This record gives sequence, C-alpha cells and structure tokens, in this order.
Amino acid sequence: MQYLLLIYGNEAEAAKMGEAGRTAMFNEYRTFTESIIQGGQFKGGNALQSTATATTVRAPNGKVLTTDGPFAETREQLGGYYLVEAKNLDEATAIAARIPGARTGSVEVRPIMTYG
Amino acid sequence: MTVASRPAAAAAWTGERMHASDVERVFRREAGRVLATLIRLVGDFDLAEEAAQEAFAIAVEQWPASGIPENPRAWLVSVGRHKAIDRVRRQAVLRERRRLLAVEAAIASQAVAPEADDAAFGDDLLRLIFTCCHPALNMEARVALTLRSVCGLSTAEVARAFLIAEDTTAQRLVRAKKKIREARIPYETPEPAMLDARVDGVLAVIYSVFTEGYAVTSGADLTRDDLARDAIRLGRLLDGLLPGRPAVHGLLALMLLHDARRAARATPDGDIILLEDQDRTLWDRAQIAEGLALVDQALRAPGIPNSYAVQAAIAALHAQAPRWADTDWRQIVGLYEVLLRLHPTPVIELNHAAAVAMVDGPAAALDLLDALSARGGLALYHLLPAARAELLRRLGRHDEAEAAYRSALAVAKVEPERRWLARRLGELRSSHPHPGTG
Repeated sequence: MQYLLLIYGNEAEAAKMGEAGRTAMFNEYRTFTESIIQGGQFKGGNALQSTATATTVRAPNGKVLTTDGPFAETREQLGGYYLVEAKNLDEATAIAARIPGARTGSVEVRPIMTYG
Repeated sequence: MTVASRPAAAAAWTGERMHASDVERVFRREAGRVLATLIRLVGDFDLAEEAAQEAFAIAVEQWPASGIPENPRAWLVSVGRHKAIDRVRRQAVLRERRRLLAVEAAIASQAVAPEADDAAFGDDLLRLIFTCCHPALNMEARVALTLRSVCGLSTAEVARAFLIAEDTTAQRLVRAKKKIREARIPYETPEPAMLDARVDGVLAVIYSVFTEGYAVTSGADLTRDDLARDAIRLGRLLDGLLPGRPAVHGLLALMLLHDARRAARATPDGDIILLEDQDRTLWDRAQIAEGLALVDQALRAPGIPNSYAVQAAIAALHAQAPRWADTDWRQIVGLYEVLLRLHPTPVIELNHAAAVAMVDGPAAALDLLDALSARGGLALYHLLPAARAELLRRLGRHDEAEAAYRSALAVAKVEPERRWLARRLGELRSSHPHPGTG
C-alpha cells in the first residue's frame, strides 16, 4: 500500500536558517532518503520551491482564474513530499516520524486511493 | 493480575437449560472476543460485525432448545465465520466480484481450531483493543468504537451514554471504520518498542470512559454507573491480557477506589454529597481492598511512578481514613506535588490547592488559585470559581464568596452541581444577609 507523506513547515522560520543550517538539513534529508531507498519503501519524492512561487488555478464554468500564492494561507506550508510503500499505517507513520521536517513542522500521512 | 470478577467459566453453562437473560449474559461476556477473532479471520470490521450479529441471532433461536454449547465462544466464531462466507458469496454475485472472492479465499484459508484456546482469543481481543484505541483515530471515535466493539454496547447505548444523537454516533463509527480500512490501521498488537506508548493510549480511552461515567460533564445525572462499570471491566480485561503493567494497575486501582464511593456520593434525589459529608459505611470495602492492593503493586514497581498510580494513592488515603477528620492531608499534598511534576494539569493544580487549604489554611490555597486563574484557569469552567467561593466563605469574605458562587453557577452544566452551588449560595445569603443584593 502506498502513502503520500506531505511535509509541512514554517517557511519564514526556514528562510532564517543560515548556510550551515541549510547544508546540515540537506544532508539529513539525503541520509533519510537513502535509508528508505535501501529499505525499498521509497517510491518518489521532491522538495518544493517556496509558496512565494505558487500559483493557484481555478476554472469555474471553463473560465480560467489564476491567483498568486497558495490555495490557503496557513501557519505551516507544504514544502515537499515523499511517496512511500508501507505495509500499514503504523509503518507509514514510523517512516514519517523519521523525516527531518517532522521535528520542526508536521507530516501529513495520506493513503493513496486504489481502484478495482 | 486480576480477572476474579469475570463471570463464571463457560463450562458452568454446559448442557443447562437457560433463560433469555442467560443467553444475554453470555453475549455480553463473549461479544468482544467473538468480534475480535472474526475481524482477524475475515479482515474487515463491518463484515465481522454483521457475521457476529447473525451468529448471535442464531444462538438466540437455538440455544434455549439445544442448551448452550460446551464452548459458546468457539461456536459463535465458527457460525459467524460461515455467515461471513455466505455473505461474501451473496455480495460477490452482485459486485466487487474479484475483491470479494479474494476475501472469501482468505477467510476459507484461515483455519480456526474448534477448540481455539483462550490465549488465541485473548490475542485477538488485544488486537481489537489496540485497533479501536489507535492514535490515528480521534478520541471520540476511539471511545465509541471501544464501547461498541470491545464492550458490546449497541450504537444506541453508546449514544445515550454520551448524550449524543444516535445518528451522530453511527456516523462516528462508520467514519472510524472507514479510516481503519482505507488508511490500513493494522489489526495488530504493537511491536514491543511501541507497546508502552500504545498501552498509555488505551488507558487514556478507558479513563475517558470512566470519567464520563463517574463525573459527567453535562446533563441531569451525576453519574452514569454503567459507563464507570464498563471502564472498570475494560481495565480488568487489559490487566488480564497484559498482566503486570504498573500503569494498568494504577488506572484500575484509581477507578476501583473512586467507584467504591458510588453509593455515598449522592442523595436518593441525586444531590451531591461532598467527600467530607459522605457516610463512609456505604463505601464498597471489598472494592477498596482490591484497589489498595493494586496501588501497592503499582507504586512498588521500579521507575518513575505513573500518574494514575499517584492519583490512586491519593484516593487510597481517602479510602483509608475512617473519618474526614482523620485524612492524612500532608501526604495528600505531597502526592499532588508529585503529580504536578509528572503531569501538571489545571485540575490537579486545583485539587492541590484544595489539599493545601486543609494543611496551611484557606488563605494559602487562595493564593495558589489566584495564581492559577492568572495563568488562564478558564479551562476549568465552574470548578475554579466554585473552589474560590469555598475558600472565601471559610475566610469570612462573604461578598466575594457570593460573587464567586454566582460565576460558578453561570457556567456549571450538570444539574446536581448547579443545585449544589445554588444551595451553597442560599446558605451563605441566609446566614449573612446584606442590603446590597436584597
């Protein structure tokens, strides 16, 4: 079963991080990602550019409306995700808890819908 | 470990002619275990529930004539399992053919020994308990699901216990089961590394059931005894399945010691009787003895004492005092201070202050309460102004006491508590009338 792990964090706080902090964070993510690739749980994942680069699109009645910024202003912003394979929710949450961003922000665990 | 209060062993029923109430009692006792095992066998909550219900319905028909089978639990599981297969076959014709046929194959491949032993049923029941109390479910859902599935209450009974509409309860249960299925919450006892934390989660559910039964948060009754009893039953069950855990002993002791005062806590009309005014001969001594033994075990366990055990130790000191005047307040204050270090909450601060009042006098306690309210004691609703009112009354500051009783009355929701506050206010005003408020 696959789960999407959505990593939320406070962008403003993250922006204050210095070069050394950023490098340390990057290394932690790399170590983590390697570990779930080794474990066979990794199916995909990416970091996202900040919400300052986000554009939201709506197309009511075929009329396209684009607005600057994310869908909603929240205290924590979506900053990246992993798609993982896990036996069950406990395994998925255990992986989520190891994501470096879980220590400062939060990780939402969403099962991927299956059809048939 | 104590399972002493469990009803007589199933063997005692064998071959007897029985009444409907006997069958009912077997159901109450077996519902949780039968459902738990069926869920494992069929891999689906809803299907298992339907199968269990069908099995119980057939038992109601057959047992009065045939007698209760030698092993009613295994009988019910076996009939339920066949019913689940029938049901899957019927549904498979209609839709979801592939998936359901896979389910059927899975059920058919699960061997269930007719003489399935107690340990296997116990393992399944633990799986059910841990699944119902899974931290990925919200607290209301955990409580409703546990009462429904483990204790065998009907949806209507769960709704009534929590004074919520039956369809709200039904929705809550449906949503919880959907999440279990779709997010794949495992039907497993957690691995050792997780076990302590998950047991704590189960205890929180049991305690929540107990407090709702023991000190209801709204409505006309002061207690809902059935809920308190269900909570104690759950506590014993958990203690039987996972013996020797200090936290389980602590909570079970806490519940037994509090519940032992049940008969003395209210007048026949449902008015509150404070601890200091209770007729202690009405306390359930056997239950107190059981509670005291468990506190002892819990506190003697190595490591940091858990907060249930410390709370139980406080209840034990009350239980051991022959009269209110004999209460060992100094030790109680000390225990509250331990609790404040382990697990500080506004309610514990409030109770600590009340104990301090007994040792150092009401003025010292009032300082503590004022500090608490400065830090946002609003979360305590009526409890904080009511406690302040009592202290102010004892200090002879009657105008302030009256104002505090009024603020408490303005936010109290449980009828007996409202009556008690109104009575206190009335007594204060008749003994110290003053022109200002007529």
